[in-house]
Amino acid sequence: MFAFFIRRVTQAVFVMLVISLIGFTIKQSVGDPLREITGISVSAAERDALREKLGLNDPFLLQWGRFLARALQGDLGNSFYFKRPALQVILGKAPATLELVFSTSLLVVLLSIPIGIYAAVRPRAWLARFFMGVSIVGVSIPVFLTAILLIYVFSVGLGWLPSFGRGELVTLFGGWQSGYFTSDGLKHLILPSIALSSIMLPLFIRLIRAEMKEVLETDYIKYARAKGLKPGRVLLVHGFKNTLLPVITVGGVQLGTLIAFTILTETVFQWQGMGAMFIEAVDRADTSLIVAYLVFVGALFVTVNTVVDLVYGLVNPMIRIAGRR
Amino acid sequence: MDRQPLLSVRDLEIRFRMRHGDLTAVNRVSFDLARGDRLGIVGESGAGKSVTGFGILNLVSKPGYIAGGRLLFEGRELTALPEEDLRQIRGNRISMIFQDPMMTLNPVLTIGTQMVETILAHRAISRAEATAIALDRIRKVAIPSPQKRLQQYPHEFSGGMRQRIVIAIALLNSPALIIADEPTTALDVTIQADILELLLGLCQSEKMGLILITHDLAVVSQVAERIAVMYAGTIVEIGPTAQVAGNPQHPYTRGLLGALPQRVPRGGRLNQIPGMMPTLTRVPEGCPFSNRCTLCEEVCRRRVPPLEPKAAGCLAACHLLD
Amino acid sequence: MQGWRGFRKSYFVYSFLRDPMAMGSFLCLAILVMVSFGAPLIAPHDPYDSSTIDIMDSEMPPLWLDQSDARFLLGTDSQGRDMLSTMLYGMRVSILIGLGAVALQAFMGIFVGLVAGYRGGRFDAFLMRLADVQLSFSTYMVAIFFGALFQAAFGMGRYEQLAVPLLVIIIGFAEWPQYARTVRASVLAEKKKEYVEAARVIGLSPGRIMWRHILPNTLTPVLVISTVQVANAIMSEAALSFIGLGMPVTRPSLGSLIKAGFDYIFSGSWWITLFPGVALVVLILSINLLGDWLRDFLNPKLYKA
Repeated sequence: MFAFFIRRVTQAVFVMLVISLIGFTIKQSVGDPLREITGISVSAAERDALREKLGLNDPFLLQWGRFLARALQGDLGNSFYFKRPALQVILGKAPATLELVFSTSLLVVLLSIPIGIYAAVRPRAWLARFFMGVSIVGVSIPVFLTAILLIYVFSVGLGWLPSFGRGELVTLFGGWQSGYFTSDGLKHLILPSIALSSIMLPLFIRLIRAEMKEVLETDYIKYARAKGLKPGRVLLVHGFKNTLLPVITVGGVQLGTLIAFTILTETVFQWQGMGAMFIEAVDRADTSLIVAYLVFVGALFVTVNTVVDLVYGLVNPMIRIAGRR
Repeated sequence: MDRQPLLSVRDLEIRFRMRHGDLTAVNRVSFDLARGDRLGIVGESGAGKSVTGFGILNLVSKPGYIAGGRLLFEGRELTALPEEDLRQIRGNRISMIFQDPMMTLNPVLTIGTQMVETILAHRAISRAEATAIALDRIRKVAIPSPQKRLQQYPHEFSGGMRQRIVIAIALLNSPALIIADEPTTALDVTIQADILELLLGLCQSEKMGLILITHDLAVVSQVAERIAVMYAGTIVEIGPTAQVAGNPQHPYTRGLLGALPQRVPRGGRLNQIPGMMPTLTRVPEGCPFSNRCTLCEEVCRRRVPPLEPKAAGCLAACHLLD
Repeated sequence: MQGWRGFRKSYFVYSFLRDPMAMGSFLCLAILVMVSFGAPLIAPHDPYDSSTIDIMDSEMPPLWLDQSDARFLLGTDSQGRDMLSTMLYGMRVSILIGLGAVALQAFMGIFVGLVAGYRGGRFDAFLMRLADVQLSFSTYMVAIFFGALFQAAFGMGRYEQLAVPLLVIIIGFAEWPQYARTVRASVLAEKKKEYVEAARVIGLSPGRIMWRHILPNTLTPVLVISTVQVANAIMSEAALSFIGLGMPVTRPSLGSLIKAGFDYIFSGSWWITLFPGVALVVLILSINLLGDWLRDFLNPKLYKA
């Protein structure tokens, strides 16, 4: 297990190095570091002096090293538009995105597991067929279209739910602005969460159903029944625990997709999170912020994937043993 | 003392629901098993012997179902029992041993979990007491350091060790009957004899009944007191082991014995039965064996032969025997 | 001729004709493809010709509502373009980009998958690790990043000019790992088989073995994922266009039409968003349903990585 842990973490570090290299290359080739500091109207002689002073004429690798060292200290450069450290801007926006992702994941987990298991156990029941039909339609509707339709029906048409923004927020310790503690904030969460989960839910229902169906045909399920175990235990402990492994792996990968889709959802709902911020940064050609977002989200993905792999290792006895050797 | 048999199977019929009508996999099978007795069911694959075994516990995989017949076990009619009552018999009064120990144990649960849950499913005792029982059974199947073994996962065991575990699980609730479906087929030849010996010894010492399902006549004659030979879903011959193996009546049983390598003199040819067993869609009318039988006569193609007493204590289904 | 007759009698066609869902979605898809590629012939207006567009015609509702105009069956968008014509042209753009992107990713992925699977060793481990890492970032994220990057590098105007080839490259590059993994998995399975061993024993070159012997046997899974990939590519394009990294409004795809219409949804002009939205969903749904049927029919062992 320990060797497995080390291997996985080394890999994560390596991926982060590659990401920082990409980010740095973008910054070098697209962005203009002087603009961040000086603005546009500076004479050529002054610029050259400044270039030399900032070490911008040093070799590429040396500059990358400096970029890395600064990044490790939390300095990802300054946002051209906000005139503030990019990381600070991102951290200010992160709670909005993370809360959206969290409530969406909750929705997906709570719905996909029972529906997926049900559809696997009773594949011919009309309700199961209905769920499967809805889920194939679900994967075919782009997330931004779902979002627009939700707004049109529930905000413009019925006027039940708000269509943009986060509503009333509460500041928690450490400056985390949360919408979870006011009814207005929760109301604002509903439509974006449904829209965002509309793309994940069908996928997970189909995955859980397929895996569960496969597991239910195995000998060890029949054997569990032959041992006289209660049906619930056969289904959940013997059946679902075995489907959990592929579901966890896919879940880790899909968390990345979820963050990608927050860009779309936040744009539609004008949700003040990292995704909307990223699109604004692209529109304003705010290279530092774009790169900072790349590095931040990259770090987030790598962390999540590493944790998922480690959890997978904990659940799957085979890996645990392989690691021990 | 107790004259009533432990298990009495009467006219058991199991069918598979197919798109174009049903297929009969087990056709009016009847036999009795006395308390502590050991019966071997022999036949080629597809003869319906495994389906019969699973049918006793109503565990036939879909689309199979029990279409008729009676299953009287310890005075209770299993076919009429509600699912919950049947569950309490499974793994408790009747245990099963499956063919491939690689596939029967759940890969993500420890051996301990898989043993303890079997006890707790049937008895209201504490986890510690259940663990004590599990340890006792592991000792009975002669696996060293049982304490440590309980913490381990199936893939940490060899094939033979796993089958020992499966046998230990079968013993957990001291059942009256064990149904073993090809328990040695998936194992190395060198281990097969050990496992059989273990199973036989335990059945004798614990006074458990055994139904041993196998395609191997040699294996059955080592273990069972009585043998039932199945062909295309029916029992064609049933009787004491010495009779069936020593003086077979039915032409199919004779053919099976002739095909055993140890019966053939060195350098001689194996006497294989010509042709193949028909698939369930193509069982011939009349005697199911008629299209392969060298003795086949007109009557065999028209009428199904009944299972009748033919020789000492032996029943066979053939028109040509008297 | 013989071949055609054989095809018509084959089990493939037989089971296709017996499945109303597959038939329906195929018919639907065929119609959509035909009308979109025949757009210059069918469409009542030319949305690319600014001389025929009158801003006074903007936001006309579809024909069956009040204040509609007989010239515009499905109404007009915010610039006064005929919705129906713009959608037909837009769908053509979407399908073109989708097909182009899938062709590119298939080419890259099959090449990498074949070589990696056949060679094995460190080379294989490195490429597959790369594919895994890229996949873990989700194809959308990669596509959005490359879109943002290209836009920053080329500048807005130039990016919009080059949008079609750039989108093909972006989406193609974002999705190649899917093919690479699928192909590699089936190459690994094929490689163990005896015919490959035999081909090697008689001294065929690796290139020939890969191309003539292994590749044809990996095509079933490739075909199956290709349908889904086309749907995915069209979705990706729509998503990129929606966040402003795709087709410009002057040469809209379905995605940029939806984006353009979204601003008017609060003022009640729902048709500018809804019609292209429905067209997009029907297009993707029919491809997905067809892909589902194909997967069930061919039932390849889609090897898990």
